[in-house]
Amino acid sequence: MHPAFSVIFLTTLIGVGQGLFLALYTAQVYSTVELLPAQPNSFYVLGSAISFALLFAGLVASFFHLGHPERAWRSAARWRTSWLSREVIVLPALMGAVAVYGIVYHLDLRLKDFGFATSVDGDLALVVGAGGVALSFLLFLCTGMIYACIKFLQEWATWLTVVNYTLFGLASGFLLATVYAAYQAPALIYFYGVSTAVITLVVCVTRVASLIRNTRLRYKSTIQTAIGVRHARIVQKSQGFMGGSFNTRDFFHGAAPWLFRSIKWVFLVLVFPLPLALLSFGMIDRSVTLLTAAFVVQYLGLLAERWFFFAQANHPQNLYYQTIS
Amino acid sequence: MTQLALVIDLNVCVGCHACVTSCKEWNTSGEAGYLSDDRPYGEDPTGTFFNRVQTFEVGEFPNTDTVHFPKSCLHCEDPPCVPVCPTGASYKRPEDGIVLVDYDKCIGCKYCAWACPYGVREIDEHQKVMKKCTLCVDRIYDAALPEAERKPACVMACPTSARLFGDVHDPDSEVSIAISESGGYALMPEWGTKPANHYLPRRKTRIKIHDDELMRADNPLKKEGVQPKPDVKEPSLDDVTSW
Ligand code: SF4
Ligand code: SF4
Repeated sequence: MHPAFSVIFLTTLIGVGQGLFLALYTAQVYSTVELLPAQPNSFYVLGSAISFALLFAGLVASFFHLGHPERAWRSAARWRTSWLSREVIVLPALMGAVAVYGIVYHLDLRLKDFGFATSVDGDLALVVGAGGVALSFLLFLCTGMIYACIKFLQEWATWLTVVNYTLFGLASGFLLATVYAAYQAPALIYFYGVSTAVITLVVCVTRVASLIRNTRLRYKSTIQTAIGVRHARIVQKSQGFMGGSFNTRDFFHGAAPWLFRSIKWVFLVLVFPLPLALLSFGMIDRSVTLLTAAFVVQYLGLLAERWFFFAQANHPQNLYYQTIS
Repeated sequence: MTQLALVIDLNVCVGCHACVTSCKEWNTSGEAGYLSDDRPYGEDPTGTFFNRVQTFEVGEFPNTDTVHFPKSCLHCEDPPCVPVCPTGASYKRPEDGIVLVDYDKCIGCKYCAWACPYGVREIDEHQKVMKKCTLCVDRIYDAALPEAERKPACVMACPTSARLFGDVHDPDSEVSIAISESGGYALMPEWGTKPANHYLPRRKTRIKIHDDELMRADNPLKKEGVQPKPDVKEPSLDDVTSW
């Protein structure tokens, strides 16, 4: 498939935004049960503002993918059948939840303001945040399923796609939370940093597993099933037109083989070992610069990872577009 | 239930592209708007088409077969392109099984094209909506046309009658009979899309002649082969009998 930059930015940016929100909520829950030191409200207000901004940026990026962005509202119509439609509903809902979460902290609202007094600090935020958590995971599911549900894009049609989208979002979000903690809440650096390292190691395993799976794929569609002729040697002599078409542009990545192969190694280095090293040194030295570098490097790596994710998928329609003439 | 479809006979298609040009001509002039082209006479032409004719070579020289292969939307009975559409712009008509795109609802997200294994949906780069074969839905029901012309433009244009049009759910229709009698098949059956369009395979026409059809074993007048020569003095009625 041809990697579209709008979709690459959409999926990576909302992943970071979701991960960051989940990191904030985790800290809140842990501090409620006194496993982590409590943070001032401003920590959550600014944190959810950053998360909201990332989700919003992703939404803006997605509009560049549409031919008719002014009709985008229509895409909420078919949520019963279409994962894309579901994503279109869940993303704004999550943005709303994140915004309300921030506002609850900003105005210091409690459940007792609505007539349900509890003894828990930040009880209303806990409730709103729980909704946000559910929406975040739902959004990971939607994003992953958009790709995993197309059964003949065999590189994508696996549960690993959903797992990888979720874990990449969590890893980058927790890494951003580490950077954020370095500025706002130094007491949380280790918690976030170690969580990031664990998630990154897990997603390294699942992503490498999907790479291995993809090298062993046997395509169900062949030129024989495509035209329905049973013969071992069939070659296309003409695709029916001399120039390009949508089908030759949107379904082939068009990169040179060496570039395609090297991007895989680029992302494997940029997403896993390099940020982990920078993160470790950053935690040891309490260096904001190193932690920031870790996040930037991993985000660039995720862009490469997403590019490769799209480029590697081999659409069966390509069987019909092999030879110009 | 009706399921309109095309049946394409690969045995007679000569790859002339008449269906491509007549499809383009009809559908670029229709109410739904033009099918845009860019640089049609330039170096790198590109454009939107509903129908393409491709050519494949089967086998190795000298035993090769050239297969001309017209390809358009197959109006699948279980179309994977329809449920993925977030807007409902892509839909399958229950009354005749035609898969259509509502150009006023389509947001141009291209997801349906990803979800079609056959590569027959093409985005219009100027109108930014998804386009595909409509089975000439604006033609086949047009009561102003003479009955014989209420067929898709490609079917009308084909000089070898390689394209048949009709209801594949009606067992007595021309298309159903062609499918069952001439080995009609569907493309990429592995995905369970149940394409409505079918293809008829290349068929070699051979006559089998047995020796006894060339030389009659039971010739009532004469056994073929060398006959003992009759004596010249023997009576003879003609050249055939020896008595
Ligand atoms: S051929 Fe493609 S576009 Fe046409 S109905 Fe089937 S899946 Fe949809
Ligand atoms: S491009 Fe149009 S028809 Fe296709 S899935 Fe998107 S909205 Fe639906």
